[in-house]
Amino acid sequence: MPFEYLDHTADVALRGIGETIEEAFCEAAKAMFNLMVDLAQVAPKQPHKVARDAEKLDLLLVEWLSELLAQKDLTGLFHSRFHVNIVKKSDGFHLEGTAWGEPLDISKHSVKLEVKGVTYSGLHVTQEGGRWIAQCVVDI
Amino acid sequence: MSEEYTLEQISAAEWLLPKSGDMRVPGRIFADSQTIDQLRADIAEKKEWNALRQVRDVASLPGIVTAALALPDVHPGYGFPIGGVGAFDLEEGVVVVGGVGFDINCGVRLLTTPLRKGDIANALDKLAEDLYGTVPAGLGSEGKLRLKIEEIDELLQEGAHYVVKRGYGCEEDLTYTEETGKIAGANPAAVSRVAKQRQFKQVGTLGSGNHYLEVQIVDEVLDPEAGAIYSLEEGQIAVSIHTGSRALGHQIGQDYLKSMELASRKYKIPIREKELVCAPIGSPEGEQYLSAVACGSNCAFANRQVIAHLVRASFARVLGLAGESIRTVYDIGHNNAKIECHQVNGEMRELLIHRKGSTRAFGPGREESPLAYRDVGHPTLVGGTMGTASYVMRGTPLGMEKAFGSGIHGAGRALSRKKAAKKYWGEDVKAAMAKDGIILHAHSLRGVAEEAPGAYKDVERVVQTATQAGINQPVARLRPLLVIKG
Repeated sequence: MPFEYLDHTADVALRGIGETIEEAFCEAAKAMFNLMVDLAQVAPKQPHKVARDAEKLDLLLVEWLSELLAQKDLTGLFHSRFHVNIVKKSDGFHLEGTAWGEPLDISKHSVKLEVKGVTYSGLHVTQEGGRWIAQCVVDI
Repeated sequence: MSEEYTLEQISAAEWLLPKSGDMRVPGRIFADSQTIDQLRADIAEKKEWNALRQVRDVASLPGIVTAALALPDVHPGYGFPIGGVGAFDLEEGVVVVGGVGFDINCGVRLLTTPLRKGDIANALDKLAEDLYGTVPAGLGSEGKLRLKIEEIDELLQEGAHYVVKRGYGCEEDLTYTEETGKIAGANPAAVSRVAKQRQFKQVGTLGSGNHYLEVQIVDEVLDPEAGAIYSLEEGQIAVSIHTGSRALGHQIGQDYLKSMELASRKYKIPIREKELVCAPIGSPEGEQYLSAVACGSNCAFANRQVIAHLVRASFARVLGLAGESIRTVYDIGHNNAKIECHQVNGEMRELLIHRKGSTRAFGPGREESPLAYRDVGHPTLVGGTMGTASYVMRGTPLGMEKAFGSGIHGAGRALSRKKAAKKYWGEDVKAAMAKDGIILHAHSLRGVAEEAPGAYKDVERVVQTATQAGINQPVARLRPLLVIKG
C-alpha cells in the first residue's frame, strides 16, 4: 500500500510509503489530497513548482505538504500527481518538486473534506525495513 | 497500564493524574467512568495519539499553573487534547501553537427568531434549499464578500465590527459576541501575505468537517432564570452557526508552527511532543504569535457575523421575516489563547488561558459578560452532532475556581474518521435523520459518514458530566430541524 491512514480520533494521521524518500513524500501528498477529492477524478494538467528548505527531513515534509495545501486557496489547484527530488546540504535538506493538478470543479470532482493544516503531531520521516515512511497528522 | 497514568478518582466526575516524572503540575480530568475507561484503554493499547498522554505533555510545559485540564468532551487531538485547557503564568509560561490549533477561534453563534415550529413547518424544505444556496459551504466554496488586502487588514483589526460597518448585521450583534467580536492587540503585520491571500474568497464561508449550520427548535428550557435572561423560550425556532477563521487561521497556524519550532530551540524549552512547540509569552516570538491569534480570532468573529447576515436574508426571502427580529443570543469561540484574570490560591493573577476545543465559561459577575447577562454569566454553546441535541449552558462559581472558567464545546468524537467512514454510509445517515424529521443538505456524503452522530460521544452524557462536576450548568436543549453541512 503506497499510502495509508492510521487511527486518529479527531483528525487524520496519514502515512506515505515508498522505496525512496522521494516516493514516500509523493505518496504522503497523494494521501493528503485523497482526503479532499477523489484523486482519480483530478487530471494532472497544470504543473506547480515547489522549492523548499528545512533543517530536518520531518520539517521538510511539513513544508512540502503545507505549500501544496495553500495552493488550493491561492490558485484553486488540487493536485493528483507529484514528483520530488531531495538533496542533503550542509545546513539541512532541499526539496524541489512539481505537483500536477487542475482547479476544483464541483460538477466534475466529488469533494470530501477540507484539510485545514499539517501538524507536527506524530511527525516522522524514517526508514523502516527497507522502505521510507513519511508520516504526519493533518487537521480536518 | 503504565504506573505513570494511574488516576485518582476525586468524585464521580473528577479525576486526578498525579504529578510524576516531567510533570510540573498534576492533570485534572472532568469525565465520567466510561470516558476514563476509554482513555485508559488507549494507554493500554499504546495508541500513538491518546488524551492522557497529551494531558501529561501539557502538564510538563514551563509556567503551567495549578493543573492541565481536560473537560468531559475530551478526546485525543494534536499537542493538546481536544477539550483541553492550560493556564500559564505570564512571566514563566509559554504560548503554545498546539493549544490553539489551526482553526483559530472556531466557535458557535446562536441566533433566535420569534417563530414557532408551526410557522415554518410548511416552509422548511424551501428554507433548507435557500440556506443551502445562500451560505457557501464545503470544499472550494467561495464567499460573495471580496476584500482587498488593505480591507483584510482592517477586518483583522476590527473583527465583526468591520463587517457590521459594511452592512452585515447590527450593533446589537456585537454586544452579544464574546469580546464584542473584536479582540484587542491584533496587528495585521503579524499575519503573512499568504494567509491574507488565502482568505480573499473565504469571508462568510462555512467550511467543512464538523462545521454546520442548523435550524433548531428550543426543546426544553432547563434553567428558567437564565433562560429568561437569554430570552430563550420553549418551542422557539433558533439557528446555530459553527465555523471558524477559515484559511487565514489555518495559514497562521502553519506559519507559526514553523517560527515556534525555532523559538523552542532558541529558548531551550523542553517539550515532549513536536506539536507543543512554543515560546515564552513575553518574548518577541510569543507576543507576535498572540497578535496573530487575535487577528485570526477577529477573522472568525467576522466570518460568523457575515453568515448570520446571510441567514437573516434567507429567512426574509422565504418567510418574510424582518432581519432585526432575528437576534444574536451569543457568539463564542472554542479554540483560543487569551490573557484573563483568575483567582489562584486566593490571589488574583493574570494568566494566559489556552482552550483547545473548550469555551470560556465565566460564571456570574464577570465584567467580560454582556451587561444583560452579567448576573447569571454569559451563555456557552455546546454543539450537537447533526442528528442530536445542542445545549446552551453557563459557567458556575465552581467552574471559575476549578476550571479557569471553561466549558465543554460539544459531544467530542468517539470514533476516528476512518472507523466512522467504514461503519456508516452518508446516504444511510441522511435517511435515518429524515426518519427523525431532520432535513440534511450536505456537499459531501463522505463527510456525512465521517460526521455521523454515532461517531460522537452521547452529548447528553457529556452535558450531564459537566453538570455533575459542577463546572457548567445546562440552560436549554435545542433539537435540529434542518442541517447544512460542508
